[in-house]
Amino acid sequence: MVHRLEIAPRSGLRDPRGDAVAATVRDILAIPVARVRTRDVYRIDADLTDGEAFRVLHELVDPVGQHGALGKLDDGPFGVAVTVAAKPGVTDPVGKSARVAVEDTLGRRLAEGAAVYTATMYLMDGIDVAAAELVATRILANPVIQTVRLETYEAWRGSGPDLAIPKVEAHATPPVATIDLSGTDADLAAISKTKLLALTLAEMRAIRDHFRSAGRNPTDVELECLAQTWSEHCKHKIFNATVTYREPGREPETIRSLFKTFIRGATEAVDRAERERTGRSWLVSVFHDNAGVVAFDDHHHLVYKVETHNSPSALDPYGGAITGIVGVNRDPFGTGLGADLLANVWGYCFASPFRRAEPPRGLLHPRRIRDGVHAGVIDGGNQSGVPYGRGWEIFDDRFLGKPLVFCGTVGRLPVTIAGRPGHEKEARPGDLVVMAGGRIGADGIHGATFSSAALDESAPIQAVQIGDPITQKRMFDFLTEARDQGLYSSITDNGAGGLSSSVGEMARGPGGAEIDLAKAPLKYAGLAPWEILLSEAQERMTLAVPPERIDAFLALARRREVEASVLGTFTGSGFLHVSYAGETVARIAMSFLHEGDPDLDLPAVWEPKRFDEPAGPAPEDLSAALLGMLSRLNLCSGEVKARHYDHEVKGLTVVKPWVGVNSDVPAEATVFLARHGSRRGYVLSEGVNPFYSDTDTYAMAQSVLDEAVRRQVCAGASLDRIAALDNFCWPDPVQSEGTPDGAYKMAQLVRACRGLYDLTRAYGTPLVSGKDSMKNDSIMGGVKISVPPTLLVSALGQIDDVTKAVTLDLKSPGDLVYLLGPTRDETGGSEYFRWLGARDGLAASDGGPAPYVGNKVPRVDPVPTMACYRALAAATAGGLVRSAATPGKGGLALALARAAMAGRLGMEVDLDRAPDLEALPPEIALFSESNGRIVATVAPGDAPAFEALLSGSACRRIGVVTAEPRLRATLRGRIRVDVAVSDMTSAFQGTLAHV
Amino acid sequence: MSEPRVLIVTGLGLNCEAETAAAFSLAGARPELVHLLDLLDGSAPRKLPDYPILAFIGGFAFGDHLGAGSVFANKIRWRLYDDLLRFIEKGGLALGVCNGFQTMVRLGLLPGLDGDYRTPRATLAPNDRPGYRDAWVRLEFDPGSPCVWTKGIDRMELPSRHGEGKFLAEPETARRLERDHLVVARYLGPDGAPTMEWPWNPNGSPDAVAGICDPTGRLFGLMPHPDAYLYPFHHPRWTRMRLDGTLPEEGAGLKIFRNGVSEAARS
Repeated sequence: MVHRLEIAPRSGLRDPRGDAVAATVRDILAIPVARVRTRDVYRIDADLTDGEAFRVLHELVDPVGQHGALGKLDDGPFGVAVTVAAKPGVTDPVGKSARVAVEDTLGRRLAEGAAVYTATMYLMDGIDVAAAELVATRILANPVIQTVRLETYEAWRGSGPDLAIPKVEAHATPPVATIDLSGTDADLAAISKTKLLALTLAEMRAIRDHFRSAGRNPTDVELECLAQTWSEHCKHKIFNATVTYREPGREPETIRSLFKTFIRGATEAVDRAERERTGRSWLVSVFHDNAGVVAFDDHHHLVYKVETHNSPSALDPYGGAITGIVGVNRDPFGTGLGADLLANVWGYCFASPFRRAEPPRGLLHPRRIRDGVHAGVIDGGNQSGVPYGRGWEIFDDRFLGKPLVFCGTVGRLPVTIAGRPGHEKEARPGDLVVMAGGRIGADGIHGATFSSAALDESAPIQAVQIGDPITQKRMFDFLTEARDQGLYSSITDNGAGGLSSSVGEMARGPGGAEIDLAKAPLKYAGLAPWEILLSEAQERMTLAVPPERIDAFLALARRREVEASVLGTFTGSGFLHVSYAGETVARIAMSFLHEGDPDLDLPAVWEPKRFDEPAGPAPEDLSAALLGMLSRLNLCSGEVKARHYDHEVKGLTVVKPWVGVNSDVPAEATVFLARHGSRRGYVLSEGVNPFYSDTDTYAMAQSVLDEAVRRQVCAGASLDRIAALDNFCWPDPVQSEGTPDGAYKMAQLVRACRGLYDLTRAYGTPLVSGKDSMKNDSIMGGVKISVPPTLLVSALGQIDDVTKAVTLDLKSPGDLVYLLGPTRDETGGSEYFRWLGARDGLAASDGGPAPYVGNKVPRVDPVPTMACYRALAAATAGGLVRSAATPGKGGLALALARAAMAGRLGMEVDLDRAPDLEALPPEIALFSESNGRIVATVAPGDAPAFEALLSGSACRRIGVVTAEPRLRATLRGRIRVDVAVSDMTSAFQGTLAHV
Repeated sequence: MSEPRVLIVTGLGLNCEAETAAAFSLAGARPELVHLLDLLDGSAPRKLPDYPILAFIGGFAFGDHLGAGSVFANKIRWRLYDDLLRFIEKGGLALGVCNGFQTMVRLGLLPGLDGDYRTPRATLAPNDRPGYRDAWVRLEFDPGSPCVWTKGIDRMELPSRHGEGKFLAEPETARRLERDHLVVARYLGPDGAPTMEWPWNPNGSPDAVAGICDPTGRLFGLMPHPDAYLYPFHHPRWTRMRLDGTLPEEGAGLKIFRNGVSEAARS
């Protein structure tokens, strides 16, 4: 039977959650709600007596801050009550914790199937039912995963307590079906579409022919398993395709796999050069495991992986994003024999949260997506006890259709684990297939294939998972103990594709596996075998456990109250053999599973495009222009949201994400220790700039790599140990009816890869891991919106002694200001041009870039740039550099502004001291985004030594740090910028202060 | 007793074990990380009362679901309370930081007036500005407080990292905490006086309460994290302090752990 508990803050005490909702309602919906009170509802579905239920209530209520009741808590009249509850089958972590509290209080285990279902009630005053419904659907609930109940006070009083629970009613396990593939091509295409397989006709044919030669049709288990193993998400077909690249005035070029040619190709070249130079390699494990592994010190390697979770975040921002962060945590944890997690990174691309127009039907408002994504990654990271190292946001209306949600995790992998090399793992024939962690439900079924297709109204609600960081943390704690005791021989995570992917991948070593899906623990009965195999239910790892260790492994799992189940055995049979309750439901040759998919041939046609240059006159008042730039969404402070993320748990954070006198300016790079008791550290930075892609993705790719590396140098990282991660988020580049410009988008991809290839080799910064997400388009109500080609380069550097790290804030009056690196007229894709476009009242054409785009996109001149970086690194190592900032978006002016704001000091700079600046129009000199530049300050006494080290580079002393907090810049003999630091900080902090 | 053992209770979503262990080691103690479930089922090498020092660390036990610390405290109340009381009778020292402080208050260990360590008389409610927030704050310590953990400390900067830190007590309890100098630490404003103003007071605690102790001064709970200021370069402005010569030899937070360890070594 069901008992209902309602718990609310004591009358008289504040209800911050209610106050926050009320404020949001007034702000976003302009509904003058008078007051909002909230309460938590627990519906306990278990064999409890009323007396026991009362004991539980007494235990759950905080006697000082709360009061509660069994059934209904009458706390005085209200206008309308909105009750928000999870739909059946949606993860309810709070309910799980409540179940534990019930069992502890009663001192007995509840029956299998007993559960606590949570809900939240919002009691609103001064609002009618219609308005309350609007509040419910726009702010409080997401219909994809939640139900809403509305009632007036009278109706609520007049009725008994609502004891309904969102229990998934169990039904019989659906039988395994055989899929008839003997039909026409049209039939095959129809099967792929209706079953959400996202398989091409060629792939459907290959599957048909394979099973035909075996004289049978595939089962639904086999077809689903192949569909997800061959999905773009898991197989990266586009990066492995054979590409024919055409460009005006050049012979067509055939590229066999962008990945092998440009990504792995670059890394192998860098590694070869490194071996020749030093006789050894610091790349421990790249590209074949769940994350890249590089050498760090005698105790630990460093592990790094960045992922995206875009489509789920578009449907359910909170659930999609929290799944993204706890999901990527499992990558380092599933690398080698398992890494300890050290730090998270996050970065988001959104449409403007200030958008006035309603988004197309089926899309959420960008402000709601932004709030939900932040809340999800905040909870996921904080509750996992992992600090964040980097966080950034980029805004462009082309992210209205699909937001980009990047989440990454750095880990440390012990060099030796239980007497074995920590980075090596191997499942052997005879090892047991073990699943540990959460249970399997319908969550996230088809996630892999779904994210490999454009987002449209037919998006399945099962595609949404909701991560549960606490369940995962408890699983990690248990598995870390098991790891150190040497209880397993291999480990990998269950993410996209679930068991079919984790077991299928692990079985490649031994050459096969046989599992029985009936042995997998389910959240509720009634899942079809193929659903069990594909479910992306979170918080699960798959392990290979030697038979002689299984008892110890399972015993430890019991002690830690973590569920672990033996599903089968790894074999050398050459087959993935799946049965259900002893009945074979799938038997696929490993060779066909992993190599059976037909090669893809893709056309790529590059045609340079011309974009408008600014028409209007240059701004007269450059001080005002600077303040305008500082308040732009893409340049302003995001501190208000970022402070909700923990950045120093574990006690290893040395240069924090926010630095300066008031810790309110983002660091160029952050610096962390890898363990207590050592001063050796690692450095995190990144580069991302989709705005350059419109003109040329080759320049875009080189610019973001340069920015990531430049930030490392500024912080004091060693240039000999910088590893880079590449995350591509592209619009669909496959030429088709729906994508008539696919060949051009493919050419953009080719050029981006080539740009990375050329510069990673020139800089000696290997790519050690990466990920691609290639279908970032949405078609809603007939409107297609595609993201601009976006490449995130995440850099992982190393520093011998963290106390040598340098931050960007100006340190002392009298310090000398230097500008390193030449400035050119490179305003294409610049924030300055978009600011001019806004000034001129221009808006982006449908799905197009915001004007002005311009054409002179920043390039990189590798040889002199790297020479300059090396010289600066030497100066930093010698303790000669007091601050270093990187001109990036917004150019030199923004770098000077950030350094001044961070130090709450001023600067007197004469930019005519730099001939290249003097030669440019003042506004171009200030806002051009040329790469390879650094603004450094140096104590007067150290100037000679500094200048001597930099003598081979473009290094110009342009001014001095002043005690008066004012930025003054002279150009062509006139003061062009003269702004108080306090005015800059207000502009910088105002835009997102309350959003 | 030269190297006192410190019991650091871990697991179930807690996450500050590494820095807390580092802190007690630097302070000359011998920290032992023990999973709560091992304490409950008796499979831990030692029992709770065998330790002179007990640390309730920061983190998200059970995700702060049902109120920070409550599910975790509930486990202890029903399955470990007698050991806990014996530990207190034997004069044990306990430090609760953040989630650990919340747990101690939820259990009734703090404020522990009149020797009653079972009845919750206070709570750490959700911050006036909702949500978790990580930012450094300035604290002032009451020199008249009996707290053994904060002897000789007048002021300290530490990171505040919580979503539920607003200290509320019944008026009578609040009066006695004030009168008996059991309010050990208060949030300071820019003018150097205790403040109710956000962000200097991150949660809206009345009387700017950041931490309290029991009448014996041996049980101490604090919302901000001394375990996060062990090294000079933990301070957010260390690169500036290095230049103006104000960079300390060691992180200020370490003093709290040194105090606890030397007290345990004496008794």
